[in-house]
Amino acid sequence: MNIADASTAKLRCAHVHRSFRRKNGSMLRAVVDVSLVARPGTVTALVGPDGAGKTTLLRMITALITPDQGSIEVAGLNVVKSPAAVQAMVGYMPQRFGLYEDLTVEENLNLYADLHGVRPGDRAAIYEPLMKMTALAPFMHRLAGRLSGGMKQKLGLACTLVRTPELLVLDEPTVGVDPVSRRELWEIITRLVGDNGLTVLMSTPYLDEADRCDAALVLYEGRVISDGPPKAMRDLAAGRVFRVSPPVGQTPRYMQARLMAQPGIVDAVPEGGQVRCVTATGSQTVNPLANLMPQAAVPRFEDGFMITLPQKPHTDSSANAADHKTPPDKTPVHNSNKNQTSNPAASQDPVVEVHDLVRRFGEFIAVNHVSFTVRRREIFGLLGPNGAGKSTTFRMLCGLLPPTSGTLRVAGVDARRAGAAARQRLGYVAQKFSLYGHLTMAGNLAFFASAYGLHGRKRRERLAWAIEEFGLADYLQILSGAAPGGYKQRLAMACALLHEPELLFLDEPTSGVDPLARREFWQLINTLAECGVTVVVTTHFMEEAEYCDRLIILNNGRILAQGSPAEVRRHATAKGSQPPTMEDAFIAIVEASAAAAGGKA
Amino acid sequence: MNVLLRIIALVLKELATVFKEPRSRMTIIVPPLLQMFVFGYAASFDLHQARFAVWDQDHGPAATQLISDMRASNVFLYAGEVSSPAAVRRCIDNKKVMMVLEIPAEFQRNLTSRGNGRVEAIVDGRNSNTAGTALIYLSSIISEFNNQWRAANHLPRAPVDAVVRAWYNPEFESRWDIVPGLIGLLTLLQMILLTAMSVAREREQGTLDQLLVTPMGPLEIIAGKCVPTLLIGLGQATAALLVARFWFGIPFAGSYGVLYLGLGIFLLASIGVGLFVSTFTATMQQAMLGTFLFMVPFAILSGLTTPITSMPPLVQHITLIDPLRYAVTLIHEVYLQAYGLNGIWPQLWPLMLIAAATLLWSSWAFWRKLN
Repeated sequence: MNIADASTAKLRCAHVHRSFRRKNGSMLRAVVDVSLVARPGTVTALVGPDGAGKTTLLRMITALITPDQGSIEVAGLNVVKSPAAVQAMVGYMPQRFGLYEDLTVEENLNLYADLHGVRPGDRAAIYEPLMKMTALAPFMHRLAGRLSGGMKQKLGLACTLVRTPELLVLDEPTVGVDPVSRRELWEIITRLVGDNGLTVLMSTPYLDEADRCDAALVLYEGRVISDGPPKAMRDLAAGRVFRVSPPVGQTPRYMQARLMAQPGIVDAVPEGGQVRCVTATGSQTVNPLANLMPQAAVPRFEDGFMITLPQKPHTDSSANAADHKTPPDKTPVHNSNKNQTSNPAASQDPVVEVHDLVRRFGEFIAVNHVSFTVRRREIFGLLGPNGAGKSTTFRMLCGLLPPTSGTLRVAGVDARRAGAAARQRLGYVAQKFSLYGHLTMAGNLAFFASAYGLHGRKRRERLAWAIEEFGLADYLQILSGAAPGGYKQRLAMACALLHEPELLFLDEPTSGVDPLARREFWQLINTLAECGVTVVVTTHFMEEAEYCDRLIILNNGRILAQGSPAEVRRHATAKGSQPPTMEDAFIAIVEASAAAAGGKA
Repeated sequence: MNVLLRIIALVLKELATVFKEPRSRMTIIVPPLLQMFVFGYAASFDLHQARFAVWDQDHGPAATQLISDMRASNVFLYAGEVSSPAAVRRCIDNKKVMMVLEIPAEFQRNLTSRGNGRVEAIVDGRNSNTAGTALIYLSSIISEFNNQWRAANHLPRAPVDAVVRAWYNPEFESRWDIVPGLIGLLTLLQMILLTAMSVAREREQGTLDQLLVTPMGPLEIIAGKCVPTLLIGLGQATAALLVARFWFGIPFAGSYGVLYLGLGIFLLASIGVGLFVSTFTATMQQAMLGTFLFMVPFAILSGLTTPITSMPPLVQHITLIDPLRYAVTLIHEVYLQAYGLNGIWPQLWPLMLIAAATLLWSSWAFWRKLN
């Protein structure tokens, strides 16, 4: 940051702090010593998991809350001294887009125009390019609540643009939005910055979005852990990123789990049927992948980010033992009496059979004639954006919601008539890790042990197993509501696994979780599957499909594609040397089905 | 074995949830006691210094005696004499007085010659409660006057029939009437609120789904909500009972066993209503509103403040589904009138019916959501 930057900057934050008092009286340091500068005509990303302090920082910048310390200036104006003037210059789209769902598209626009004092005579001229850009013109009289997630997001953006702001602040505009809408939103932002010289500050949990920005600030627990152009981060990983192909008969995720545990490898993720690895040192030294015929790959922001993170526990387990980012020293062993096989191929034996499943809510068809089969011991993914019908399908599978029509067999039993015996065989981890917040960690474990009828020696054994394998010993007397996020997730998993279920349902387990915890989590799922547990998991991270044996992609209640990750990817064509990603596949399938529908009409 | 283990786990979890958090611990202890004291003192219909005027057209010794009897009571305050129908109307209209006692011209003569006299009381009916109370006081003064007059004149019967008699509460303390009834009112509110909020909290936090995917059945989950709430309710009723007995010093006439049996069934009915509310509310805010949707009519229709017999016939029929109506009567009957099990049976069976209906309906609604 130099003086010239600071004087021309649209936004300048210097050493900003903000704390909140928790209910129990302790202080939560939401934002700690954050400095940032956004130059005119640039896009700056705030990257970080839930609880990193992104929203708190954005709310201070938009003068909705005041910093405890430090100064924030928007276009040279101090936000604390002149909050109203700053708010008049800033366009702010909160999470959930800040729309009034019971008003139409046009009424929402008018409301924002009224709020910003746009004269009625000027409105038509302002709305026209906005509607063209967002393709919302045909829906002017539709209620905002009845728009799809992607359309709501674009309307939210249009509402913040009814008058040209000095600074556009977007809070997680792309979370849970389908890949097509996400791509369109980025096209809009790029155009606004390129044509109108707009300055944009946006928060995102997706590291791949940092690659598209001019600058990226990575926040973790309120602190800036990296700051600068994404290229600097990519350069860190230069010459250290490779792709390796698994040997015949081995799945990429199986190979990924082995590589992740290997010293000298910083990161490994399954991608495009291969495993993408980041090595701890540059290629001039001995490559730990040398005998796997590595192909060099183009580095990304995420690769550099993984290099900057504190290292994995196998290289530094004692120093991080108390840190909740660190995975347990040992991978959890489930059903330890069962043999671990080196080839975790799924059997043909179906555990979940869904045939022609339909669920309506009044006029709205949330799940539209969906059929699929989950085989024993496989990891099965339900992928799709928010509102695709994932959760509705999931709730029907778990017996929490009756289907409108169709058949649904879980573990050989009709899910509608699943009795206590059938439920004893499945485990369920809800979104947001639903636990009793007023009970301690130990209290939650004891409650779920009783709920599953565990008593006597078996109960003591399973509780001891859960405490040890999930590293909960030091947190047992903490109220689970006050525990750090990572520990809530661990506790939720521990509670769901106490009774050794053969089928595990996980609803959005990685939503809002940092990249390291996500990898840790998938490693755990891998281990469980290897021990014979069938896992059904939902996610809106398209790239997580690579961890699944098979998956379905849902959109608007229908199955867009199903099969193994390789089969689904085949829908998209490769871009140059890079194999297509799941996201490419999703976009290709949506475009193909739109073209087919257009052809028929 | 497993069922029992699971229900015990649910009960302990529920109690821990209520008692571990300081705020929810406060809400089950402080408000009921506070309300007990506030309502016990504030919601009293006792009359003190009620102003009255006299239209004495007779001026005989009997009339003078009656008026001085009234002035001697500390309930009424003599405000003066009026002498025309217009004056009577005026002083009541502008609330100078709340009652005018009219003594007709032939009062003394009728009393001595025929042993029968008639007085008229004109009461400000705008406040029916105080008016009713004032009439009760008046009739008691008249009956006292009657006794003396009959004794002095050796009459075979009372010269003026006292129509209103007050049993069990000879000192006309309405606190005796209200305070025991409050035990029912306050626990009803707490039971509905606790149950509806606890289900809504589990719905909001997603733990209800978590419960439903365990082997626990809807009946177990319902039992897991009923038992801890019932325990809390019995604790609150006991606290309220102690306040009534020892703070307000209202003597307890009946059997504690019978009272607790009745209270237990009433609390179950209240919990049933709470579960009923929870079946159509999704959030804690809706649960709160739903609770008051039921609570306000239940309180008004209970007969605690307005006698049920003075309600319009249609409304009287509606009170038949109000659990508080039976509870208030039941508590009065046991507390003040020492009724036994037979005596309270007419209150007991409707409460059982309400408890069974609401609990079964809620279990069915839980079950239906899943099937």
